[in-house]
Amino acid sequence: MGDLLREPLTAGNALLFLLAAAGLLLIVLGFVTYAIYFERRVIGWMQLRVGPNRVGPLGLLQTVADIFKLLIKEDTIPRKADRALFVLAPVLAYVPAFAVLAVIPYTSGLYFADLNVGLLYYVALSSMTTLAIVLGGWASNNKYALLGGMRSAAQMISYEVPLVMSVVGVVMLSGSMNLRSIVAAQGDWFWQWHFLPQLIGFAIFVVASVSELNRTPFDLPEAESELVAGYHVEYSGFRFAFFMLTEYVYVYAIAALTTVLFLGGWHPPAPFLDIVPGLIWFVLKFALVVFVLFWLRATFPRLRVDQLMGFGWKVLLPLALLNIFVTAAYMELWIK
Amino acid sequence: METYANNYVMVAIFLLLGIFLPVAALAAGRLLRPHRPSGAKLTTYESGNDPVGEGQVQFNIRYYLFALMFVIFDVETVFLYPWAVAYRQLGLFVLVEMLIFVALLLVGLLYAWKKKVLKWDSI
Repeated sequence: MGDLLREPLTAGNALLFLLAAAGLLLIVLGFVTYAIYFERRVIGWMQLRVGPNRVGPLGLLQTVADIFKLLIKEDTIPRKADRALFVLAPVLAYVPAFAVLAVIPYTSGLYFADLNVGLLYYVALSSMTTLAIVLGGWASNNKYALLGGMRSAAQMISYEVPLVMSVVGVVMLSGSMNLRSIVAAQGDWFWQWHFLPQLIGFAIFVVASVSELNRTPFDLPEAESELVAGYHVEYSGFRFAFFMLTEYVYVYAIAALTTVLFLGGWHPPAPFLDIVPGLIWFVLKFALVVFVLFWLRATFPRLRVDQLMGFGWKVLLPLALLNIFVTAAYMELWIK
Repeated sequence: METYANNYVMVAIFLLLGIFLPVAALAAGRLLRPHRPSGAKLTTYESGNDPVGEGQVQFNIRYYLFALMFVIFDVETVFLYPWAVAYRQLGLFVLVEMLIFVALLLVGLLYAWKKKVLKWDSI
């Protein structure tokens, strides 16, 4: 893929790009299908029950059946809803979720777009989804949806600030926003990966990204007991499916980004382990992050809304700023 | 140089595919799903009761304050990123400059904190 990007653009190459991107789309859809199955099985196992095991062998076709069911469900748009915006919102939520995947590098040769502003591109596009959530909540013309949408937006913008600030330390250490250079800047031993030198940044990044994903313990926008389902109450059928798809595509994106920024990307944990290909290491670390996200959901209760906002602004934001200057001082004293 | 543009062609392809999937899936779904709207189905959902009043209710002013705070600190991060990229080449002077800049914004955060903007007291 990398060699192809360095050749001049021809129609044939453009077609290959399209095929490669479509291939990634299929992989992501496959990931989402089995991430949902895996999540339900893992949580079932942690709660001492079985989880889905009826559709297909070991329940492997459960999510496929669910998706098909959503596809053939009637699609109702409430009479009072703002039709154009209501239709637009799920599409607008999904497009940035997939578009951010363009900059993720998987190995030193396997990447899609090698942007020098890769990290900024990721951060900027991923915040577009907030807009879609507010839009969906507003266009539904429903009280629960509106409140859920506003809550979601408030939470996402509050945690986006610490999220983007927590990676500034990584950018400083690697001197680049290009995700491939960031991986290259991390050493061969696992203690040289950014998660140890940037321990505070890593902790903030994990907390803030769980919140950005609207997952437990930060799943207030979907607090069933108070807001029914949040911003997508009025959505049914495949429009609802696209909101769910967006969430799981972001799980993919965040897990891949965490791997790239903090867990050394495709580097093996020790130099002598490089007989195993880099892609395998990437997938292992990626799977670990995904598992931790599901594990968190089985472990933590939901926060209260006041605790949530207070934590974001009063704890994470000052800590993220502190992290930047600690990193700067460390670089002044030891690296320069 | 022209090969560098390839990366942006890739980004454009990702955007187009991102738009293509929902449009295609929803269009294909149109052929598969039933379409039998009725008056009751099209009412706004409100836990089974008839909806009371307007759907677009007044919401808390706090959301607006959080949006303002977000704008301030997001602009700050826009300044932090190029600074962070170039930090290795820059000296102690820019570190002090950035400290002053962040301290100014931190005063704003403390002000909001004291004014209880960050305290959430209702929905």
